[in-house]
Amino acid sequence: MSSELLSSIPSETAAPAIPAVHSGTSPRASELAVEIREISKSYHITHQGSRATSLTEVVMNRIRRPLGNSTGETFWALDDISFSIAKGEVVGIIGRNGAGKSTLLKILSRVTEPTTGQIDLYGRVGSLLEVGTGFHPDLTGRENIYLNGTILGMTRKEIDRQFDAIVDFSEIEKFLDTPVKRYSSGMYVRLAFAVAAHLNPEILIIDEVLAVGDLQFQKKCLGKIGDVSKNGRTVLFVSHNMGAVAQLCSRAVLLEKGKVKMSGETGTVIAEFLSAGASDSGTVDLAAHELRRGTGAVKFMKAAIRNAQGELCTAFQIGDDILIDFEFQCRESLRAVKLAAEMFTGDGMKIANMVDVDSHFAMSNPKQREKVTLRIKDIRLYPGSYLLGFWAGSVDSASTYDWVENCLQFEIVGGGMLASRELPRSSGLLFMTPQWHQHVAGE
Amino acid sequence: MTAVVSQTIKPLVSIRATRGWSALNFLEVWQFRDLMFTMAGRDLKLRYRQTALGAIWVVAQPLLGAGIFSFIFQIVAGLKSPNGIPFFVFMFAGLMAWGLFGSAVGRTNASIGNNSNLIAKVYFPRFVLPLSSLFSTLIDFTVSLAMMIVLLIIFNIHPGWGLLLLPVWIVLLLLMAMGIGLFAASLSIRYRDINILLPVFMQFLMYGSAVIVATSSIPEKYRFYYLLNPLVSIIEAFKWSLFGVGEIRWNYLIYGAITSVALFLIGCLTFKRMERGFADVI
Repeated sequence: MSSELLSSIPSETAAPAIPAVHSGTSPRASELAVEIREISKSYHITHQGSRATSLTEVVMNRIRRPLGNSTGETFWALDDISFSIAKGEVVGIIGRNGAGKSTLLKILSRVTEPTTGQIDLYGRVGSLLEVGTGFHPDLTGRENIYLNGTILGMTRKEIDRQFDAIVDFSEIEKFLDTPVKRYSSGMYVRLAFAVAAHLNPEILIIDEVLAVGDLQFQKKCLGKIGDVSKNGRTVLFVSHNMGAVAQLCSRAVLLEKGKVKMSGETGTVIAEFLSAGASDSGTVDLAAHELRRGTGAVKFMKAAIRNAQGELCTAFQIGDDILIDFEFQCRESLRAVKLAAEMFTGDGMKIANMVDVDSHFAMSNPKQREKVTLRIKDIRLYPGSYLLGFWAGSVDSASTYDWVENCLQFEIVGGGMLASRELPRSSGLLFMTPQWHQHVAGE
Repeated sequence: MTAVVSQTIKPLVSIRATRGWSALNFLEVWQFRDLMFTMAGRDLKLRYRQTALGAIWVVAQPLLGAGIFSFIFQIVAGLKSPNGIPFFVFMFAGLMAWGLFGSAVGRTNASIGNNSNLIAKVYFPRFVLPLSSLFSTLIDFTVSLAMMIVLLIIFNIHPGWGLLLLPVWIVLLLLMAMGIGLFAASLSIRYRDINILLPVFMQFLMYGSAVIVATSSIPEKYRFYYLLNPLVSIIEAFKWSLFGVGEIRWNYLIYGAITSVALFLIGCLTFKRMERGFADVI
């Protein structure tokens, strides 16, 4: 799926001279769109309780320590970032929360200044850090188009020219003169994105805007961003949606703790990002796992992946059975807990969400420590690497108790009883062997 | 290919840390004029939307204000207006000048905090915000001025050639107001105390600025100190331009003009110095 879309991007953008970070080589100056050189950004963090937001506090702090600058510590959100982007490239910036993605985009869009370093931008920048910035609920759709458009840097003339296209794209024509506070959230997002999509900058910076809106509209937006890049414009794209990054970007930059950890071909970088926390030894100790979300009412402790004989295993053939077991602690007394195991492809596409109820399994009155085993019979995935994650939450799914993503890795390797020929990963995802029947034609 | 030739292409924008004091880039503000006008339009549209009387408030507000002040100071406190000008008209003129000044200070200060969501998400010259907030002030003032002209005709008051100088006093008032407003805005993003202090300060300033009391009724021995407030001579001159009578103190006016320009520059420089941190503090 992703390879197909990638190939639709013109070849000169799909295969740019990818500069290795810090190596000093960069695209030719004539083709540079963005050059980021040794950018760092520090924030001063005052410790809790001593953050001065009123003058008396400032004065009191000054009296208490007349010489010292102030309490607190310096936090480097970005630490010596350098890379460049060629014209027409679509670059994805990925990384965990707090890796510095948003700070980098804020600096690129000039919302905030770097502490040191320099960025050269060879073209007009349009940035979209949020959908619908400046939208006012009491103004009508029409008024908000002009307001939002000028805020994003368009002139009234440009908006006049694009007005019909914006309205068309947003599909809200009937409600153009209704205050946007009466819009459904879907309409609101559509209108907001429509304005931004018709911003015509040479360099487009987008932060996580696709996290909103319904699926169909998201697709439309992705398509629009793809069009933008086809017209030779440069796009910088931050997203947690690895599928979207893989689909759109020819190159990705992985940030970790304010530094560039890796930069290069999208698939490779995404794979590195996803597998960074995953164990490929077949078992993983989750008690000390840091990358997790949830209330903590449940805590996953251990997980393992085994073959049909119950031995730890990470390489399977098509048609094999896979056993997945995990242990968890209940730290609060719960009447029931809903469990799920997620499966992703190596480049981040979620392919399965295996929820207990779908298999008519329910965990009620869990004890303090529980162990569960899943058996996936006859695995039918194409050769490649896959990742597993675990989720536990309330029965209505409203709250998440614990969620560890991508913590176990396994491979489907070629061969096996069912595979009678070479199966290149690019030609499919599911290995399906339906029954074939021949009929007499014309009957 | 043609690699070497283009090495000299200059970037359109270079982003780096700015240091120290620098002047505002008014050319860039001009490039963003459409944003300024749209924001001004937004403020105007929103102000009276969902009010039953709508635009009538623009006319009613200053009349009500002058009416209340006249009642309190003329009928209750027994003050008299100088030079035979009807008390209500005298009060209206003072409040008109003060309205221009006070509203410009308040709106300039509030323009940054009120648009913090924009500042955190989009780049544009921040100076566009206080400038666009001035439009509302100017519209209110224009309406008041029109009513003033009607009052002058009704009460048969002839302003004389001094009326030609009225724009000068308006500009001086706006410069000083912008200066104070920009200074306050720069600080209030970081220290919210300013938003509490400023109205108190403005209240004091109003009573000390010849808005209600004519300077001539201040006892001689205090008058010098009273005139140290640069607003006094400007507001007196404002009334002089409208009524054609009263006093105009040129030496104090020059002092007022210099103070206005100086405060404006201090405000601009402080604003420019502080604006780069706005997005980080908001």
